[in-house]
Amino acid sequence: MKQVVVVGASAAGLAAAETLRREGYEGTITLIGDEPYHPYDRPPLSKQILGRQWEADRVPLRAPADLDGLGLDLRLGTAATGLDLAGRTVALADGARVPYDGLVIATGVRPRRLPGDGGERAHVLRTLDDALALRDRLVPGRRLVVVGAGFLGAEAAAVARGLGVEVTLLEPTPVPLAPAVGERVGRMLAEAHHDHGVDLRTGVTVAEVADGGVRLADGTLVEADEVLVAIGSVPNTDWLEGSGLTLGNGLECDEYSAAAPGVYGAGDVARWHNPLFGTAMRIEHRTNATEQGMAVARNLLRPDARKPFAPVPYFWSDQYDFRIQAYGLLRGHEEVTVVEGALEERKFLAVYRSGDRVAGVLAVGMPPKALRTWRQAVATRAAWRDAVGELVPEGA
Amino acid sequence: MRVEVDVPKCVGSGQCVMIAPDVFDQREEDGIVVLLNDRPPAELHADVEESAVVCPAAAIRVVEK
Repeated sequence: MKQVVVVGASAAGLAAAETLRREGYEGTITLIGDEPYHPYDRPPLSKQILGRQWEADRVPLRAPADLDGLGLDLRLGTAATGLDLAGRTVALADGARVPYDGLVIATGVRPRRLPGDGGERAHVLRTLDDALALRDRLVPGRRLVVVGAGFLGAEAAAVARGLGVEVTLLEPTPVPLAPAVGERVGRMLAEAHHDHGVDLRTGVTVAEVADGGVRLADGTLVEADEVLVAIGSVPNTDWLEGSGLTLGNGLECDEYSAAAPGVYGAGDVARWHNPLFGTAMRIEHRTNATEQGMAVARNLLRPDARKPFAPVPYFWSDQYDFRIQAYGLLRGHEEVTVVEGALEERKFLAVYRSGDRVAGVLAVGMPPKALRTWRQAVATRAAWRDAVGELVPEGA
Repeated sequence: MRVEVDVPKCVGSGQCVMIAPDVFDQREEDGIVVLLNDRPPAELHADVEESAVVCPAAAIRVVEK
């Protein structure tokens, strides 16, 4: 292998490039990114950047000297526009054709949009430019409507409140994040919004961003000076249409995270079969991007000794004065039990059951060792009866 | 090898502690990184480099190889 092309210059793509070098690969690495910036970190965008604790110079993932040391053929500000699998070339927006003998696809996701959200008062939050544009508008007394009370919308709402902004948070489901974290934890998160003066309205469907605010499905106008649309993401696979790769909910990959011979997917864009949980998943969390980037680099370098990518997923989210941390696969759980602390104190550790196994753990304000112990239970697919006790279905 | 940690960047994920427990630990109260040894011995270098790649906050830097 002499020429590896990595499409996507964010966390997953950088991890792949770095790992190739660490493992001794000396050939060409072309790293292609559609944004004009060196690889940078996204989690701080909805936290320290939006909250003005950091300036933009804090978000690059590597110091310039460390990036230089990787000896990359960096193609920034240029999107990939097509893939010729048979001819083994990637086409770029600037007209270039880049040949490869190993390919990593790490093109991430983009925000889902609402009708009418093209105006300058309507925001999304994915890129550094998005975050800087929104924070310019977040001044005390300004009215912000956040559409979607997922992790991103909730973090942005919390930061905006801290800046003295009037925040209305609109959420279509009855309890925010309930499918992800369960009803009880979801209600705790809702209470935190109320406690901090956010006008959280659940069971509300937004039809469009309109003049002066957002229009609900029932015709009501919720007034706003600024609107943040945080209603999920769409995998960036358009450039792969017609390439022959399987596209469904993202780029479909096997247990090695391979999409085709010599072609791997990593990060938010990739859906792969995780043998630890026996199911396909696509994960939009920061740590997964890095771990998957590393894993595919190793599989690319060692075609005869590939390893399945079988991580325990991890995420964290900062909201107001607390941090949520979670390991495992919480979505689809059948039972949640608080095993330490108490939800009402916002200091607790909850474990999640799927089938007869410990599927995940979520904690707020707990010592790291407690969390690691339960992570181990997830990693070893511990039996619920041994780790927790009798099975009690949710709602029983 | 010399290691630096950018403490204000740390998000307390504990990935480094799982990979290199002789070099990194976490504060009990908030999980923020504690650097146990900024000049780890040669046999730990690979683990420290891996920690630097894996860290979800890019808070670990190997400043001298």
